[in-house]
Parts: sequence; structure tokens; C-alpha cells
Amino acid sequence: MCQVEEEYHEQLERVDTPSASKKCVKCKEELAAVVIRAGDAYCRKCFRESFIHKFRAMLGKTRVIFPGEKVLLAVSGGPSSCSMLSQVQEGVSQNAHKKLRFFPGIVYIDEGGALGQCKEMRQKTTSELCDMFRSTGFPFYILPLEQVLDLPGSVLTPSPLSDQPGSAYKAAVDLFLQRGDSSSDGKAEEQECVSLPAVQESHTWLLQQLIGSAQTLTAKQDLLNTLRQHLLVHTARTRGYSKLMQGDSCTRLAVKLLTSISLGRGAQLAQDTGFSDCRYGDVTVVRPMREYSAKEIAYYNHMFKVPSVVIPNLDTKMPDKASIQRLTQSFVTKLQADFHSTVNTIYRTGEKLQTADRGSSAPEDAERCVLCVCGLDTAAEEASALQATLISELLSQSSVPVKPEPPATVGQCCSSERPCGGAEGTDDCCRSSRDHEATDLRSLLCYSCRRTVRDMSSVDRLPQYVLSEAQRRQNRSAMKEQISEFLLDDADEND
Amino acid sequence: MPVLCSSCSEKRAVLKRPKTGHSLCKACFFWAFEEEVHRTIVAAKLFRPGETVGIAASGGKDSTVLAHVMKLLNERHGYGLELMLISVDEGITGYRDDSLETVKRNQQQYELPLKIVSYEELYGWTMDAIVKQVGLKNNCTFCGVFRRQALDRGAIMLKVDKICTGHNADDVAETVLMNILRGDIARLRRCTAISTASEGDGVVPRCKPLKYAYEKEIVLYAYFKKLDYFSTECIYSPNAYRGYARTFLKDLESIRPSSIMDIIHSGENLSVREGVKMPVQGTCSRCGYISSQALCKSCVLLEGLNRGLPKLGIGKHHRLHEKILSQQPLTEQEERKLKSVDF
Repeated sequence: MCQVEEEYHEQLERVDTPSASKKCVKCKEELAAVVIRAGDAYCRKCFRESFIHKFRAMLGKTRVIFPGEKVLLAVSGGPSSCSMLSQVQEGVSQNAHKKLRFFPGIVYIDEGGALGQCKEMRQKTTSELCDMFRSTGFPFYILPLEQVLDLPGSVLTPSPLSDQPGSAYKAAVDLFLQRGDSSSDGKAEEQECVSLPAVQESHTWLLQQLIGSAQTLTAKQDLLNTLRQHLLVHTARTRGYSKLMQGDSCTRLAVKLLTSISLGRGAQLAQDTGFSDCRYGDVTVVRPMREYSAKEIAYYNHMFKVPSVVIPNLDTKMPDKASIQRLTQSFVTKLQADFHSTVNTIYRTGEKLQTADRGSSAPEDAERCVLCVCGLDTAAEEASALQATLISELLSQSSVPVKPEPPATVGQCCSSERPCGGAEGTDDCCRSSRDHEATDLRSLLCYSCRRTVRDMSSVDRLPQYVLSEAQRRQNRSAMKEQISEFLLDDADEND
Repeated sequence: MPVLCSSCSEKRAVLKRPKTGHSLCKACFFWAFEEEVHRTIVAAKLFRPGETVGIAASGGKDSTVLAHVMKLLNERHGYGLELMLISVDEGITGYRDDSLETVKRNQQQYELPLKIVSYEELYGWTMDAIVKQVGLKNNCTFCGVFRRQALDRGAIMLKVDKICTGHNADDVAETVLMNILRGDIARLRRCTAISTASEGDGVVPRCKPLKYAYEKEIVLYAYFKKLDYFSTECIYSPNAYRGYARTFLKDLESIRPSSIMDIIHSGENLSVREGVKMPVQGTCSRCGYISSQALCKSCVLLEGLNRGLPKLGIGKHHRLHEKILSQQPLTEQEERKLKSVDF
């Protein structure tokens, strides 16, 4: 009910209660072992076939992964990504029917430092995962999140794509087949004997300061996601991987869609939740698990013994209203229990959206957000929500310039832990010196990253690469302003 | 030591703005609120001088504040508009007749002409009778569709050029969320627009001057200005699907007050991929009202009510539209399916 696309079938449907003696709806021979949706009962074999088939079909119809490419699998240890790992493992193995033709690698990011886990806990988890990865035979990399502090600024600028236009997919496949399979075996990398990297205490402390400078859990989670994504892209880039596979399930993506809307990321929705995300240029993020619901994945993992590790997150064991992400997750899950097509509908809605205003031409450096590397959506047009917010802020403050010392009462609330009544970095708060830096950074951020940074107590805690990249862009735009009258037209800056 | 107003820095602050968190005194708050609505009207070019504008008044807080602010701004900034009140009587005993009394009081207070249109005279059905047939789950659909047409009819009777409704920021954000949950791509694109398109004869364009005003601020405004309004929930609404979106939005607001504006910002920046099927605007073959199908929704709903088939109109029945138009009787199977109502 209440769905626009709901079709009423010819006859009144009677709800069939699934019973143990029902036959599989696909092969109609075996007894059903699992019920995915009401009325869809499958036997083990058919379920496994359809599961594997969905994965292959996803990769096949989108034609994004070329044969012979190196693909990095981002495994978090959770059920979806471990399921994805097992699918790839199956697909690449020699005896597979129509085996997958790319070369996978695995990466795991250890976020224990940001969560405040003790060293023993982190060692335990990473060694468990290490054993799991070693048994697959693929090269794997285990990186602590602390490495994000040492990233170069080039992470934030999309590198140009090496020549692989989409229309050449068929040609590439033919070429690969002609060269024959014998050459491909030689290319498979030797599994590196990776020892678990040692983490410096000071780095962990810095990371915790960084995460701690975000005052709301929403901002913390957002920041953590951004940093993790940067590290993943950097790893892929430096090790020569051109694709990054992430294991977001349908349920997770539906939650992500609603969360993005609530955070103000409507303009970047297609990139956040679509199948392929090209914002980084040379590294494309793909999400092959996006048609599987969390329930299907759970059933598969249980029935076919796919190992996975439980790893806590920032919002584990938190109450519903702790952060926007947590609230949305519980909202969608509860709604799904009453209305079974909720997740699917949200997912289909997301599929029909695209990135606003940007066609195939990528925006230049200066028009991308420094944190999330998406196009900026902060052109405050007439009669837009952004302009209305700016006007509100303007009208709620005096037009008199800032007095040198703030009134005593407001000063008190600044020294306390919580933010001063939600007034965001404005002049009734004793941050006037840092205010200048904050406003400068804000002009380089998209709407939702601005919101996140507003929740941070100090911008200095951001990693060095972000701050230096911001500085570089500001210098360039100042330069451009100086010489603007001499520039003939919008020359392409991406040379 | 008391907190000073952050705008004038002289008087004591008596309230904290839900939208930005600043503490303001009464006068500065009134001024900020009114000035924001004024800037919205000017930036979106909602009105032209000399137009007649109908204010959709239900007696609730949004329409009362809207009437008050429109009258005030019209005088203060010289919009040159002629204002009128239009009210719709859905025929809900215990709810609508009370709120209509409030509208009549408003009319006397603001000295604006008032026109009341009722479902009874337009369609021959009151909401009470409809709920008896339809039940408590899908009744909001009937009320909403009928009200839209009723407002337009009332506007045409009064010969107004535009209608303005009291939809606030919370309503718009709620609609964005609800359209995502329902998968309604067509509406998703249009729902954040501040005014509807103004083509066609039978269509009066409508706009939402309060689009960027938070519901809480509207209540604060009405409270401090001591405006008279009717504040009870519709008795038939508790089971509406919109309730879920509303609870979610309220929770979001409690976590982060700016999320309402964030959702509106997201909604404004959504764009639909090419190749997605969109409905085309046409007219209803029976009543001539604007419609994307052969029959407009209210004709379909009315047909269902009149024939005793309440589910005709809930869900998609394109194939049946031709049959209804040509007055053919429906087959027994179709009738059976459409009659079943669960309470």
C-alpha cells in the first residue's frame, strides 16, 4: 500500500504461509530450504545458483570492469564484504564456469584507533582477518587508519583516467581472449607476506584528537567515512589498482540514501549510492552487492559457511537518536518490518537519480569539495534553501562589527564542553581568530561537508593533506583573480 | 546575568530560534521572521502588484500566521495585493466545524473577505460519509485530492489570480522524505518548488511563502503575537503513512536542528536521470480539470464512492478508466476486488 507503482494482480492473492513441505519455486523438485520474500521459497541449490548468478549479472551488464584489470576489494570484515570476497573467490577459481577475468586484491582498514580500542583487541581482529585473507590466495594489505594522516594532497584531486572508454569493452574482451589464458596466470601476483604494521602511539593519539574534535556523533561518522574512503583510494592508486569494490548491500544503500538526503547530500546522491562512482578519476568505486538485501546475504553466509568477523563501529550499541546515521538505520529497518517493499522502493528511487548539472564533463579542481571530492552544490541561487539559511543567520545577528571581547555569559559557554547553543562559528563565540580560517575552508566545501566541519571544534585538527590542499586551492584562486582580465577563456586546467 | 538578544544586544532575549540557535528578543524575532518571509517572496518573485491573492485558511496555526504576515507585509512593503481568505469544509464533525469558527473570527480580525467551499456542495460527500465507506487507512488520499480541487474551484469562484498556502519547511521536508519512501519520482522533482506552474485555464497557480519557516518558529510567532488559532489533529489521520515520515523528521530535528533545511536543500538539488518515464500533463475527459491520466484522480475516487467500490482509485487502474468513461459495467471479478475494505 501507499506505493505509487503498486500493481494489483488479476486475482485476490492469498498469503501462503511457508511450510516445510513446500517445493522450491524454481526447480519445483527439491524441498524449499529458505524463504527470501513472501512466496519465494528456494532449495539450497537454486538459492546458491541465483545468488552467484546475480553477482555475475551485475558485473556483466554494467561492463565497467575490464578483463585483466586489477580490482581491489575493500573488506570490512562484515557479512556483506565477506560474501563479496567469497563470490570473487569463487568466480576467479579455475574450475568456475565462465570465470571472472580480473585480478583481485584485498584491503582491510583497521579503525580501532579511532574507536579507542586497546592494542590487543586490534591485534586479535587483524590476525583473524589475516588468516582469512591468506586462505584466499589473493594479495592483501592490512592498513591502520592512522596512515590517513600521512596521505599526500593528490588524493583529493581526481587524476585523469587512463584511456579506457566504455564503448571499447567488447573490443577489450576479444583482445583478452585472443591473447589466451596462459599469459593471465603469470600476471597473478604472488601473495605478499604481510606482517601486521606497527602503529605509533602518537599517530593514534592524533587520530583520536581528530575524531574527537567533531562534537556530534553524526559529524564523527561522516568524517570517519571520508577518511576511510581517502585511504582506500590512495591504496588502490599506489598499488596500481584501477577499480575499488565495496560491499554495500541493498539495505545499507537504502539507509545511506536516506541519510544522505538528511545530511544535505542530495546533489551527490548518485555518486554515493550508484553502482559506479567516478569522482576520483583513475580509481572507480563499484558496488556489486547492491541488489542483495541484508537478509539474503545473511542466509547465504549461514548456509554456505562464509566466515565473517564482528567489528564494532562508532555507533555500535548506541541509542537510536545518537546520530542521524543510526536513526535512519533503525527507521528503515522498522519500516521494512511493516511494509516489505520499503528497502526496494528506496533503492529503485535512488537508481533513477543522477548527479545534478554534471554530465560527462568532470568539474575542474576548484569546483570540487575538498573533503568529499564531489562537485560543489553551494551556488546560493535566488530563492533556494541555502540562501534562506544565510539570510536567517544574517538577520539573527547584529550588523555592528564584532566587539573585541565577547560578553561574559557567552564566554562561559565556550569554555564548557558542548557547543555554544548551536551558534555556528559566528561572532558571539570567542573563536574570532580561527573564524577566518574556518570561513576560508568553508568556501571550498560542499553543503554537507560544511555542516560537518561546523560541528568540529577546530579546523586545525583536520589532516595535513586536507589543509595544505585547501591552501593550494586558495592560492590558485587568488592568482586567477589577479590575472582574470588577461585570461582569454576558460582554459582547461586539467593538463 | 541574563542573555542579551544577539541582534540588538540591548534587550533581554526571551526565546532561542530553533532555526539558527540564536537568542533573540521579541521584537527582533518578529522582525527577523517577517523579513525572511518578505525576502522569500521577493527572491522567488511570487506576486505582482495588483494581483488578487487567495489565502488558503484552515484555522490552523500555519494559515493563521500566513494570513497575519501577508496582511502585514502587504501594508509594510506595499505589495499592492488584494487579499482574500478561502476555506474548505471537509465535513469532519468535531474538527472542521470548530476550526471554521476560528477562520470566521480571523476574517473579522483581519477584515478580509472569506469564501467557504464544502465537499458536500462540490461532490455530494462529506469526509464522515467517506470514512464510513472507505475505512481509516486510505481516507487521507480522498481528503487531499478533493481538497486540492476544492481550493481551485473556490479560487475560480472568487476570481483570484494566485493561491498561497501555509506549507512550512517541515511540511516540505516531510514531503521529500515521503516521496522517496513511496518511490514517486515525478513528485520528488516538483515538491520542493515554491510555486506551481501557471499554465492552463482551470488551474490557479499556488505558492508557499512560508516554505523556509520552521514549524516551531511559526508556533513561537503565533504564541508571542497572541494569534488565535485552532490546534487539534484531524481525528482521521493517526494511521496515515505520512505519520512515519513525520516522526522520523521530528527525530532528525532533535538530533540536528538544521536537518530540515538540509533535506530541502537536498530536494532542490535532486535531478532525475534521462530516460525515466514521467507523466505528461493533460486534462480530464470528464470534468476538464488538470490530469495526467484520462480521468483525473478526483473523478476516479468519486466514481468509486458512488458505485460503492471504495478501492477504485487506491492503486493503479488505467485499464478501467476507459470503461468508466464509457459507462460500461465492470466485470464481477473487478467489482469484487474493488469492494474489499479492511478496517
